[in-house]
Amino acid sequence: MEAVTGAGGHAIPATRPHAADGVHAAPGVTPAWRARLEERGLAPLARTGRRYWLWIGFLLAVIAWALHAYQAQLENGLIVTGLRDRISWGVYIASFVFFIGISHAGTLLSAILRVTRARWQMSVTRMAEFITVVALMVGALFPFIDMGRVDRILNLVQYGRWQSPLLWDIFAITTYLVGSTLYLYLPLIPDFALARDRLGPTAPAWRRATYRLAALGWRGTPAQRRLLDRAMTVMMCVIIPVAVSVHTVVSWIFSMTLRVAFNTTVFGPYFVAGAIFSGVAAIILLMAVLRKLLHLEEYITRKQFLFLGYLLGAFTLIMTYFNLTEYVTHGYKMEAGVPFHFTQLMVGPFEPLFLFYWICGIAIPGLIMLFPRTRTIAGIVTAAGLVAVAMWVERFLIVVAGFRVPLMAYEPSDYTPTWVEWSILAGAFALFALLISVFAKLFPVISIWEVVEHRGPELDEPASAVAAPDRRALRPERAGRA
Amino acid sequence: MKGLSRRGLLTRLGIGAGAVAAAGLAPIHFDAAAAPAAPSGRLRRWAMVIDLRRCDGCQSVGTPPQCTAACIQGHFAPEPMEWIQVYEAPLEGRGTQFIPTPCQQCQNPPCVNVCPVGATFSTPEGTVLIDQQRCIGCRLCMEACPYDRRFFNWGTAPIPPEAMFMDYSPEHQSPAIRGTVMKCDFCPDMARAGRLPYCAQGCPNRAIYYGDLEEDLATNGTEVVKLSRFLAENNAVRLKEELGTEPRVRFIPGHGEQVGRRPTVTGRKPTVWPWQKLVQGATSWKR
Repeated sequence: MEAVTGAGGHAIPATRPHAADGVHAAPGVTPAWRARLEERGLAPLARTGRRYWLWIGFLLAVIAWALHAYQAQLENGLIVTGLRDRISWGVYIASFVFFIGISHAGTLLSAILRVTRARWQMSVTRMAEFITVVALMVGALFPFIDMGRVDRILNLVQYGRWQSPLLWDIFAITTYLVGSTLYLYLPLIPDFALARDRLGPTAPAWRRATYRLAALGWRGTPAQRRLLDRAMTVMMCVIIPVAVSVHTVVSWIFSMTLRVAFNTTVFGPYFVAGAIFSGVAAIILLMAVLRKLLHLEEYITRKQFLFLGYLLGAFTLIMTYFNLTEYVTHGYKMEAGVPFHFTQLMVGPFEPLFLFYWICGIAIPGLIMLFPRTRTIAGIVTAAGLVAVAMWVERFLIVVAGFRVPLMAYEPSDYTPTWVEWSILAGAFALFALLISVFAKLFPVISIWEVVEHRGPELDEPASAVAAPDRRALRPERAGRA
Repeated sequence: MKGLSRRGLLTRLGIGAGAVAAAGLAPIHFDAAAAPAAPSGRLRRWAMVIDLRRCDGCQSVGTPPQCTAACIQGHFAPEPMEWIQVYEAPLEGRGTQFIPTPCQQCQNPPCVNVCPVGATFSTPEGTVLIDQQRCIGCRLCMEACPYDRRFFNWGTAPIPPEAMFMDYSPEHQSPAIRGTVMKCDFCPDMARAGRLPYCAQGCPNRAIYYGDLEEDLATNGTEVVKLSRFLAENNAVRLKEELGTEPRVRFIPGHGEQVGRRPTVTGRKPTVWPWQKLVQGATSWKR
């Protein structure tokens, strides 16, 4: 042991001084542990393997194919999609709602849990914030892809009417994107400084210059710390209401209309809940992937999966509650159009998707989280995967089934998405993965300084051999407090 | 910059910002105020009454509905747009009724409320128009319309040679522009010129009355009625009254009984777009 455990249980770093010096390490953090964390956290920034470039190449190929599809749409008009007058929104708008939904991962995990001073999530906040920013960038593209005259986009600036729900969306999403980018950036500053100081002369010059610039001269002085803490506190308090407003106004592009299926006041909170539900699923999936690829098993343990899994489990109940509220208030009154809507959902053309949502999106994930035997990392990741797919299906059902209810005496239309829509959707997922991959190459995927400060080695998980001595070291302190 | 105090600069900036804001707020890019007023000196308030007692879906004529046909011919409405569409709705008991349905010209129009760029707008005369040169094609208005009366140019609509020479206006939406929304414009330009809308002209049974609430008069081309009395005496109704959209189109309930139609004789000839095939490489799509 190189460290001397101080009176307060703080490990005094014995390694050479570096930028994160202003960081007060959590109890149990040894210099060796910290050095390994820094090495693991910065490794992707320093080394890039061939597999990474293959992956990027694959994603770029998918995106190129999507661009080809989009070009066909620009050339011929939206006639190349399956959309028509009666079901005039489909895959694009459903995906818009879906991506904006998963962007709530970051807010929930980092802002809400930071506000409540939870500590276990510190090692995954950065990933959650990546998802937020990237999902917003990708999701915000969809309304424009869906537009008939995207060349007239500036009309939104020149003639924009604040009375239109579309403008609310634009304001809310822009605010959220700016806010969450800032919120991603603030905790990155000390890590940029770490990268600046640690990457060494072997790193390319552009990288070192970038980190130097991005670190904003961070030295970890008390004054800088106070400033950073204050800025983060302000941002985490600001970002939560913004996130809630974003998904509320997204729901309002539906519930501000006179369509039977959308005619419910519950849509705002229901969409926010669905957003958090799918956001949690997204973060579990990304966590599982990055943990494996970047060998972060020591920092992302079963605990993170379990706690996020509990959230997922709780949200299966919240979603059930919202859905039941909607079905019961509609179904009890059976207003005109509602019988048709329920029939098409439950025993009609949407039955398979409806059952998929309920069984794979709600029941199975809920049951996985209910039984200790299935609450393994593999089980939780499976649940998250099911939820992510089911939530896209749910968005699709809301949009397409809602539009399909006939307004006048005509035969209900049908909607089958075409290759153009599927290709563009695939391209959107590829873009999402590409941006995450690039982010993971440029920024440490773990908030290193926060993990050092708040979490330290897993104190309650005996899995790590390194953690064991630290647990012993901590015991007297715990006893003293009690 | 001598002589420009800080206060002066701020004032000028304020005036500039105010002017920009005012320009942005003004939604009317179409000058309906230039339209001639009624003889009373007041503004026209266009309205339509459709007497369903006289509508047999053109069964007696043996053609597709002639209101729709005339509208398509007059506006070069691309296939499959039926700006006035004759729905066949089931009656109580058995049989059906025919309901020619143009844009309802709502006075509380959901479509105008949601338009992000003011491309669809209410005029002082009470019509709801679309400026296809401003429309961005987001289709929020199509979602909002509870009467299914809006149509999108999914592809490139064929433009007949005659349409090329037409002067585009939101009151006469031709030629069609791909990626924009179209609908019945209520033909106020025709009315001002002393003519009935195409649909009213086309109806062989004279079931469509068009008029002005301000003058309280309407005509179907052969008779003139006092609107308020005509509506009251014949129990006129509006579609989906409960939604509060306040349509300008009224219906007198019926199933074509005045022109000898029995409700059990169902079906109508499908609408055709006769000029469509005159245009080379014409594309159309399903509704």
